[in-house]
Formats: sequence, C-alpha cells, structure tokens
Amino acid sequence: MTVFEDLDTLAGHVADGALVALAPEYSWVPMALVRALIRHKVRDLHLLCVPIGGLAADMMIGAGVVGTLEAAAVSLGEAGPAPRFIAAVEGRTMTMRDTTCPAIHTALQASEKGVPFMPLSGLIGSDITSHRDDWKVVDDPLGAGGGPIVLLPAIKPDVTLFHSPRADRDGNVWIGRRRELATMAHASATTLVTVETIEDRDFLADETMAAGTLPSLYVTAIAEVEGGARPLGLTDCYERDMDHIRAYGKAAKTEAGFQAYLDEHVLK
Amino acid sequence: MTQNYAPEEFLINALAAELDSVDHVAVGALSPVPGSAALLAQALSDGEQEAGQEARTGAALSGPGQGHKMRVSIIHGDANNPFTDGGRELFDCAGQGRIGAFFLGGAQIDGEANINLLGVGPYPNLDKRFNGSFGSAYVYFVIPKIILFAPDHSRRVLVDKVDFISAPGTSAPDVHRPGGPKVLMTGKCVMDFDADRKRFTLKSVHPGVTVEEVLDNTGFDFDVPEDVPETPAPDAERLQLIRTTVGPEIAKTYPGFAQQVLGFQGG
Repeated sequence: MTVFEDLDTLAGHVADGALVALAPEYSWVPMALVRALIRHKVRDLHLLCVPIGGLAADMMIGAGVVGTLEAAAVSLGEAGPAPRFIAAVEGRTMTMRDTTCPAIHTALQASEKGVPFMPLSGLIGSDITSHRDDWKVVDDPLGAGGGPIVLLPAIKPDVTLFHSPRADRDGNVWIGRRRELATMAHASATTLVTVETIEDRDFLADETMAAGTLPSLYVTAIAEVEGGARPLGLTDCYERDMDHIRAYGKAAKTEAGFQAYLDEHVLK
Repeated sequence: MTQNYAPEEFLINALAAELDSVDHVAVGALSPVPGSAALLAQALSDGEQEAGQEARTGAALSGPGQGHKMRVSIIHGDANNPFTDGGRELFDCAGQGRIGAFFLGGAQIDGEANINLLGVGPYPNLDKRFNGSFGSAYVYFVIPKIILFAPDHSRRVLVDKVDFISAPGTSAPDVHRPGGPKVLMTGKCVMDFDADRKRFTLKSVHPGVTVEEVLDNTGFDFDVPEDVPETPAPDAERLQLIRTTVGPEIAKTYPGFAQQVLGFQGG
C-alpha cells in the first residue's frame, strides 16, 4: 500500500549508494525533495538522468551527493552550462557514465518488461558505445538481415523521484502526458512522489483522469509539498523561475558561490 | 548596404530554406535558432498549400490526406510538442521514419561529419567538458535529413578530426542507417555533405564572406566549386514573419532567446 508521509520521512527512503532516477526539467522534478536529500547528506548516489539533467543534478553533484552520474547530457537550458557538473567531470571527482537519450529510455523499457536487455538501432561507431563495456554489439541474432545491432542491459533503478500536481486518497498519482514518469516508476523498485495536493477522490473512477494516472501499484510513498518543483515549473501550476535559475548558474560557477547558494536556499 | 537583421535572423531564414519539402521537422534540446527556422518554414508552407507538389522527403509512414502543412515538433516544452508518450516517443517516432529532418550541433565537427558534443581532450580525461551527446548517437542514424548547425565557424569547431565521436558521420554498409548529415550551416557558409565521398562541398557563402575566409577558418578539407553563390538574406517580409509569427511561438519554449534576439516581449 502506498503510504502518506512528510517530506523528511520520504527523503529517508533514499539510501546511500542507491541508483536514483530523475526526469528532466520539463518533467516535474521534485526540487523540494532534492533539497531534502542534500540536507540529509545522502552520499554516493548513482544518479540516472532520464535522459538529461539540469538544476537538480547540478545541485546534487555540487553538494557531494552523487558518486556516479549516468546521463546523455546535463545543462541548465537557457541559463547555460551546468557549472558543478562540468567542474566535477573536469576535476574527476565523480564517475561519469556517458550515454545517449534513447539508450536510457530503452534500458528502462527492458526493466518494464522484466527482460535482461533490449536492442537499439544507431550507436555503432559512436565513442559512447566503444567506452561502454556493458553494451554489446552483436549480429542480428534472428538472421533477418538487419546487420549489427547494440544490446543494452536493463536499468533497474532503486528509486524514482518525481513531483506531481495531484494524488488521490488511494495513492494514485496523476502524471498527465509525462509518460516517462510512468516508465521510470514501472522500472524502479521504489517510487517516491511529492504532490501539490492530495485530493479526496479516486482518479481511476474517472476515465479522463485514469488515462493520465500512475496507479498506486507503483507508488511507494507520497508527501504533500506545495510548490515542490520550485524554482522549476509544474504544468498548469506555476512557471519556472528563470531569474532564479540564471542566478544559480552564475553563482555556481565557483565553489564558494555554490556554497553560498546552498546556505541561502537549501540548508537554512 | 546596411544590414537590418540580427545574425540569428539571417540563420533562421537560411536554415528554413533547407527545410523546403520536408513533411515533419523535429527540434531537439537547446535549439532556439533551429526551432525558429522550423516554425518559419512551417509558416511559409502554410502560405503555399498548392496541390500536386513534388514528392516529399521523409515521413515514410505518412499517408494521403495529411495535407501539405509542415509538421513541427519541438521537444522540451508543452508548446508545439505533440508527443504524449514520454521522452522516448521522439526517438521511437524517428526510428520508424516518421521524422524527415532534425538539427544537431557540435562543439567539434570534422570533415567526415563526425560530431562531438561531449568534450575536448583525451576521453575520459577531458580538458573541457560540454553538456553531452544528447540523442545524437541515435537520431544521426535514423532521421533522413540531419542539418548540422555551427554558428561559430572557426578552426576550434570545424576540426580535422573530432576528439570524441558522439555520433559518426557515416557508417559501414551493413549498419542500418536510413539517415545522416546532409547540410552544414555555419555563421559563414552552407556546405552539402556527400556520405559516399565522406566529404563536404561549399554550397554558398553568407553576405560579406569570401571563399578565402571560409578556407582560412575551416580545419578540414572540403570541395570548392568554381562558382559559389551568396546565401540569400531575409527580405523585409520574411523578417516581419520571423518577428511577428515565429517570435511568439518560439517564446513558449525559449523565452530568453525570443526576447533578446527577436525582440519579442511576450507574456
């Protein structure tokens, strides 16, 4: 059964060393929960960006939460490069597993299906592939003339984290068209969700709502956190605060500036 | 002659010309100029919906009855984004041949159209790290018309050999590859790419740029035909379209760009 908890209890489910999946900035990132993980001093996470990272990944890297990062890219979008990510890669203070967007989606789909690997076109001849010793190039195993193809091992996250506008009283969570959140939750052992509000009704009894609902079957725990995606945006609820994100991008260019940001916006 | 447009507006216009007769253009991450070009090409296609046009490239699975209006799909926002099945849908859609054209950049691009979006230096011990390869290692293979976009035309970007291949320009014949690079648009010129010869050919130079200047600022060898025309600049009507029709649309995905470059002060 899905349980309802407060934010700090929810954050307590994320163990040191866990493989944690996080969606991109347009897809309802649980920033309040990310800040709680930083305050809890969680360490050595294997952070999986599905498939790219932004403000949340950069903050977690800067705060020393991330031991290994797996991502197709990290950036702050219009606010520029992700400074703590770049510093960590160039300074070799974090293990970087480079990949490409559809490889992450495909590897999660393998976990959804409970199969050990999935094939994907492309990739052959990319240096990403030549440096990933867990990927394997094979000849079309069915002999159907498809040529060589890459097999990707399933990725099974320990924890998926996201925010949503609403959950119902039974722990069903509305995700609208953000279907990558469903893929991530299906593939993960544990899914922790923050929501703007918990509504006293059953989403699955309403066909329009049901189509965009992640059933509680996949939801481990929920915390009600108003404004839980800020300063990023949440569809139909609030816009991302570009001034805040730009100010972060500027401050985080130095270690001292980043620490000052943490002191003011995360640790206080 | 004084120039009455921003460099970005010139490039939006020039990129849009490369999208003529494409059914479905998709636009990926961090692509305000390509996104604007796609929206401009769509606005232009809206204006000329005559029947009996020539066979169109891409969109192998699109059937009759879809009309001639160009479809533009811009990811990373809710505006102009038709996808409802999550982050994977763009890639699955591309893999089926439903997308005709796409844009890719490169911190480095070499003469065989290998692109590097990841970093400079001996991987993994990079001297300079960039954002990352995004979906390039896949879309470069499966989308028929990839337009490479490198506004900074310099020997730093256009190199003899990339330090890291995010995605290769060409593949061995046995590799499934319906797509690949066709055009390189830089801040100085347009080049066409021939996959069989693994080589670029200069197609046009932008106004005020000489062939010598292109040669001086390009780190790889390429072919120069005897006659190199000038890349057309946007006229007043086209600029109006960019600022009044494209501006408000691209602002929904790239508000900073729309405001700073196209002067759109939207809400």
